[in-house]
Amino acid sequence: MTVSPLAAWTDRLAALAPALDVTEVPFRSQLTVRVSDPDAIAAMGDALGVRFPAVPCTFSAGTGEFGAVEVLWLGPDEFLVTASPDLQVTIEEVLRGALQDVRGSVVDTSAQRTTVVLQGPRARDVLAHGCSVDLHPASAPRGTCVQTLLARTGIVLQVNDDGYTILVRSSFAEYFAAWLADAATEYLAVP
Amino acid sequence: MQLIPCPWCGPREEAEFHYGGQAHVAYPEDPSALSDEEWAQYVFFRENPSGPFAERWSHSAGCRRWFNAVRDTRTHDLLAVYRVGEPMPEVTA
Ligand SMILES: [Zn+2]
Repeated sequence: MTVSPLAAWTDRLAALAPALDVTEVPFRSQLTVRVSDPDAIAAMGDALGVRFPAVPCTFSAGTGEFGAVEVLWLGPDEFLVTASPDLQVTIEEVLRGALQDVRGSVVDTSAQRTTVVLQGPRARDVLAHGCSVDLHPASAPRGTCVQTLLARTGIVLQVNDDGYTILVRSSFAEYFAAWLADAATEYLAVP
Repeated sequence: MQLIPCPWCGPREEAEFHYGGQAHVAYPEDPSALSDEEWAQYVFFRENPSGPFAERWSHSAGCRRWFNAVRDTRTHDLLAVYRVGEPMPEVTA
């Protein structure tokens, strides 16, 4: 049986509600795409049914042949494609097919990071304890996607309508969970 | 904390960046033709101005891209940032 990186933290993270709702969404399919050719980027978007983000520090989302798929901007020639579990092999082949012989790469990095969804009225306050990026909706609207540091660990942070999606390296996931539990303490109801 | 404006990601904390030394130090056209002294000049010798200095920085905890910045070494002000391949902008310190 495969155990998710935060399996041991389920109860401790659940105890942070209702100030902070923390949900691990493990084993998501994740593919790192390196490509700079605009035609190849468009072809890969067509193959996925989701256009690649054209603006730095944003992500795009859509539903196509592979269900709900997101494409995250990681750098001017680097993207992360995320989808439901167990699609990485299929999507890798489809993206490689779209890339054809253009210079670039598609690499399965699904095991590198786990996905954590943060919601609740205190989500932004808690993140502000360890993340210097301004997450006020005026400067980080829905669709924002940044790579930054949260309490010294590298994360990818997506801004959704109703909260945040955080991608954290699997080996740092427990550190991240411990930090989250500590940072949220002051927002918990006093018994 | 000092904010450094990444040309791709915008202003971020200095802790996300790594310093890469003087910018625009070109690799020798024909390295094997260099004398030991010329090679040492290329490898080890750098400018050390008091004032604006063109430097390489890497946004290592963000987009992981290298870029160039003009920094005033007296005040630590970043006077300009520009992407690799772009010419150094005019700055007034
Ligand atoms: Zn950057």
